[in-house]
Amino acid sequence: MSFDEQYFNLGYIDTLSYKNTCIHRLDPRTKVIATLAFVVTVVSFPKYAVTGLLPFFLFPVLMFALGDVPVWFILKKVLVVSVFAVFVGMFNPLFDSRVMFSFDGIQVTGGWVSFLSIILKFLLTISAALLLIATTSFPGICHALRKLGVPELFISQLLFLYRYIFVLMEEAMRMVRAREMRSFGARGQGLRIFVSLIGTLFLRTIERAERIYHAMLSRGFTGTMHFVKAHRLGGSDIAVLTLTGIALFIFRTFDIVGIIGRQAEGIF
Amino acid sequence: MHMADSLLSPAVGAAFWAGTSGALAYSAKKLKASMDEKMIPLMGVLGAFIFAAQMINFTIPGTGSSGHLGGGMILAVILGPYAGFIVMASVLTIQAFFFADGGLLALGCNIWNLGIYPCFIVYPLIYRPIVKSGSTPKRIAIASIISAVVGLQLGAFSVVIETMLSGRSELPFTTFVLLMQPVHLAIGLVEGLVTAGVINFVYAARPEIIESIASARPLVAGLSIKKVFGGLLVVAVITGGVLSWFASANPDGLEWSIEKAFGRPELPERENNVASALKSLQEKTAFFPDYSFKKAEGPPDSAEAGKSETSWPAVEAGTSMSGIIGSALVLISVLLIGVVIKLLRRKSGGNRTI
Repeated sequence: MSFDEQYFNLGYIDTLSYKNTCIHRLDPRTKVIATLAFVVTVVSFPKYAVTGLLPFFLFPVLMFALGDVPVWFILKKVLVVSVFAVFVGMFNPLFDSRVMFSFDGIQVTGGWVSFLSIILKFLLTISAALLLIATTSFPGICHALRKLGVPELFISQLLFLYRYIFVLMEEAMRMVRAREMRSFGARGQGLRIFVSLIGTLFLRTIERAERIYHAMLSRGFTGTMHFVKAHRLGGSDIAVLTLTGIALFIFRTFDIVGIIGRQAEGIF
Repeated sequence: MHMADSLLSPAVGAAFWAGTSGALAYSAKKLKASMDEKMIPLMGVLGAFIFAAQMINFTIPGTGSSGHLGGGMILAVILGPYAGFIVMASVLTIQAFFFADGGLLALGCNIWNLGIYPCFIVYPLIYRPIVKSGSTPKRIAIASIISAVVGLQLGAFSVVIETMLSGRSELPFTTFVLLMQPVHLAIGLVEGLVTAGVINFVYAARPEIIESIASARPLVAGLSIKKVFGGLLVVAVITGGVLSWFASANPDGLEWSIEKAFGRPELPERENNVASALKSLQEKTAFFPDYSFKKAEGPPDSAEAGKSETSWPAVEAGTSMSGIIGSALVLISVLLIGVVIKLLRRKSGGNRTI
């Protein structure tokens, strides 16, 4: 991914989070807790679980549909980060070649089943994280984390970081452009130029931090950050949390796919 | 390299979250006691700096492929261990949210791998002692390179450990180590060169900046090696405790990794009893019934791998057929629900309706 692309992606996901749908209107705490519960439940499935994971796709699909999140944009991001999980999972079929089933002579080994399980878990957990941020503003998430007991200092750190990512990325983007204009894409890409580029960016960052601090002081900063938008847990939040909890429990406990499959076989 | 949710078991994820949040809370408390409030905006903006710097690519000498900065070591050197750790943790948190690097459960592991090692082990034990007796450019360069290499080796090794303990991957321990460590040796060398370059660049251009930060940050003198070891020991014991407590719900993964680590399928007599005790504990405490793909219940011994052929569930053709039909139906209905909601929204126009 090129620099510009990364920058615009970050900005785009930020604008998504300011939409106004029923998912966006939920309290950030609700979404953070529900997402964490979802991730832990998915990951708690044993190594060879495949069919048990399928009903869980209901959650991202509901988020996509109700939260009005563009599907392809998220899927593309999921694919970009899939490298490590696929790389490690890929070895399962090589090392675990015990046959688990055979359909009409096609033998399916345990390795392929556990590989498929890793991929399904990967899709579910990563899309959950991205959907959380696409439907909740980052300051909202910080607020939720603070209410859930994360240290104040870390929260203010996150808020600052988020606020200045865009500023510093623009700064860095200008420098990268300038390097490219002068080097015709080939020369000047080496370590030496890179180091002085980063060093200069660092000095500018420090100077900026100094100015920010003075600006904050003159506005009465005493060491704590305040939130303007008040959030509160409403009836819909409690309903969503309860429903999510029940659904997660049912999907984790009962073999939904097996039950539906047997029913369907009975009908045909 | 970022650890991923899908390779983790909940027990391992939770254990590393516990260790990481302990370190975060401790650092925040330490900083609050002794820090200049000037540090708050400085730390935030430096986090954004690391973020922006990670997106600038350069050509790795001699190979032609491109690399980018990690940043943990630079932060530890400039901000000191506590503030450096908090900034690194915030950078990784934002990456986990916006770029889905790894995922939310794995975030604990990632902060551990990329934050704890550079800030609390490598910086006080390697970087400081080398630079202590005078920070000449040469010393800074040597210290940075060694620190970055050791930090990344530790990080890469703990990715291996986390994956092994979770038991989701079949990759044998030695193969995984042989894949991870050399790659991260190369990455560490480059990271070290960049770290040294940037620190020396800043020192040469504006030495007073580093000094003014050094005076605002809490004194590192308080961070003695004894304390570091003591703290890490406590964290390790707690982590181990949490891990083994959680692991009782999932003895498969742990047994499996013990087996790989010891290179033989059977453990000594005594541990056999432990394993069976764990297993019976699991049967009592497990509130999720065994999943159908799981190994069939056999006599509780830890030598399962040795007899694995016999312990596979005997899958009847009928069961697997209903599994396939069921899967297809579930996926189709999930997709249908999504499509119907989308259509309903579009029909009623606007995004405030549902």
